[in-house]
Amino acid sequence: MKVLVPVKRVIDYNVKVRVKADGTGVDLANVKMSMNPFDEIAVEEAIRLKEAGKAEEVVAVSIGVKQAQETLRTALAMGADRAILIVAADDVHQDIEPLAVAKLLKAVIDEEQPGLVIGGKQAIDNDLNATGQMLAALTGWAQATNANTLDIDGDHAVVAREVDGGLQTIKVKMPAIVTTDLRLNEPRYASLPNIMKAKKKPLEEKTPEDYGVDVGPRLEVVKTAEPPERAAGEMVADVDTLVAKLKEKGVV
Amino acid sequence: MAVLLMAEINDGHLSMDATAKAVTAAQALGDVTILAVGSKAAEAGKEAATIEGVAKVLVAEDARYGHRLAEPTAALIASLADDYDHIAAPATTDAKNILPRVAAMLDVMILTDVTAVVDADTFERPIYAGNAVQTVKSKDPKKVLTIRTSTFDAAGTGGSASVEEIAAVDDPGLSEWVEDKLAESDRPELTSAGIVVSGGRGIGSEENFAVIEKLADKLGAAVGASRAAVDSGFAPNDWQVGQTGKVVAPDLYIAVGISGAIQHLAGMKDSKVIVAINKDEEAPIFQVADYGLVGDLFEVIPELTEKL
Ligand SMILES: Cc1cc2nc3c(=O)[nH]c(=O)nc-3n(C[C@H](O)[C@H](O)[C@H](O)COP(=O)(O)OP(=O)(O)OC[C@H]3O[C@@H](n4cnc5c(N)ncnc54)[C@H](O)[C@@H]3O)c2cc1C
Ligand SMILES: Nc1ncnc2c1ncn2[C@@H]1O[C@H](COP(=O)(O)O)[C@@H](O)[C@H]1O
Repeated sequence: MKVLVPVKRVIDYNVKVRVKADGTGVDLANVKMSMNPFDEIAVEEAIRLKEAGKAEEVVAVSIGVKQAQETLRTALAMGADRAILIVAADDVHQDIEPLAVAKLLKAVIDEEQPGLVIGGKQAIDNDLNATGQMLAALTGWAQATNANTLDIDGDHAVVAREVDGGLQTIKVKMPAIVTTDLRLNEPRYASLPNIMKAKKKPLEEKTPEDYGVDVGPRLEVVKTAEPPERAAGEMVADVDTLVAKLKEKGVV
Repeated sequence: MAVLLMAEINDGHLSMDATAKAVTAAQALGDVTILAVGSKAAEAGKEAATIEGVAKVLVAEDARYGHRLAEPTAALIASLADDYDHIAAPATTDAKNILPRVAAMLDVMILTDVTAVVDADTFERPIYAGNAVQTVKSKDPKKVLTIRTSTFDAAGTGGSASVEEIAAVDDPGLSEWVEDKLAESDRPELTSAGIVVSGGRGIGSEENFAVIEKLADKLGAAVGASRAAVDSGFAPNDWQVGQTGKVVAPDLYIAVGISGAIQHLAGMKDSKVIVAINKDEEAPIFQVADYGLVGDLFEVIPELTEKL
């Protein structure tokens, strides 16, 4: 079985985000970018399936600017076998919407015929949480989002999902789309020798035109603003003062 | 304009809070028809008909909608889409699972976690863990959106909308439910509680969480946790508050042994009053707290529990 892993290049989760003064977006020039953390978990899970003999090949795919090469090299250094980059934007501020990403991934699936797709549940930049479900609709495949555990059992996958009430386990027919939640695994760091080896692994470059997909946005960004700031609070010296303040506020 | 709003139903029970808050947001868009879907949904549908501002309720009660698996539920909603300009639901894990699938079936983009309705095409939603708020205008013929309930007030009850049963549609038969491991608790539900007490890595162990739970019980509060506390096994996953967990905005949020990473703040910074208790005076959580107390939680929390 082949496993396809979509990985997105996003602002590093430790970076302090700054909204551009002209309200057109978030400043991404010269900030540290990394693989979306949920996608690291997806790559890790795919590699573990390969190590367990349940998958033969792991293919990482990224859609975005040319610099997403780096993200794919990270996936290769972690253990993916090859990578596909679909260059769909030339400005780092141009985000490709999940619907367009899903259409491109569907086209890749038609060519590659994977048995399983493992992606992240959410990209930490747009916070949409949509691509996996959209891809499942376009392929007509089963979906198992927010995976906490994943077991492949012949032509089915059993997935425990993190849901509002706790955990829900479902059994889905393969091929299927799985999205990762935080507790699925702890991704490995790429070792230096593996980073070196990754430089020689195949990384194919494509464009949306190669797949005949229109990546034009459906959502027009009217404005990007700072969230309202909270007024500064006060430090209290002890529990008695705290209790008095809370009573005064009428919240206890 | 007409809106189809999927009610939040778990095991046959309507989540009135989430649904009534989503109704408030949806009313700004047009006449609201509620869809009550599930293997048991009729009772929940009847209850939803009492929400003020609801024009009509559709009940799709069928075994194939048990546990509201994404494929059959999305197929049902997509089959109803012709009659509506907007398809919405409160942003629960169910809706986040189902509605993007519906949107792709209709070839439209999804708008998730909407925090404000500007007009029929234009919405606000937080991005980058709430570090920015984006206003987006949809060019799609239909809008599919999930609504972040913590930013809307619940619509009242007292209405009496008509209730109509509708037929189920074909189930693609791609997935099966196996089991649920749901926490049983007498405490209020995290996203609708008036008070939330949350513990972080500083709590140190699952046993130590009893300190937090005692305070919560004294206050009639829900219990939350940081990701670090969940990852460390101190607390169940459904307690996680934050960018990728639950979003809460209670009257009072007490953060205990939580440093205040941006991903955590994303889930609680709209709380009315925030209290932070941390032994590190430099902890970033103090920057958003109305009241901060520097101290060892194992001394402070028992004392606080006693004195409240
Ligand atoms: C993709 C992604 C998604 C994420 N999503 C979320 C999310 O949804 N929610 C979330 O919470 N986090 C999330 N995080 C994690 C986040 O970045 C932080 O790592 C996490 O919130 C830290 O949890 P914490 O504050 O409990 O732990 P720490 O940062 O380790 O802080 C522990 C605090 O406890 C204090 N402390 C220790 N002992 C005591 C004591 N005895 N008395 C008083 N204080 C004490 C310490 O001073 C410290 O400030 C996410 C991260 C990523 C990468
Ligand atoms: N541009 C992209 N390139 C590759 N994968 C993506 C891209 N956008 C989204 N994805 C995948 O879809 C997941 C969910 O993203 P989103 O729906 O944008 O929150 C991510 O974790 C990735 O696995």
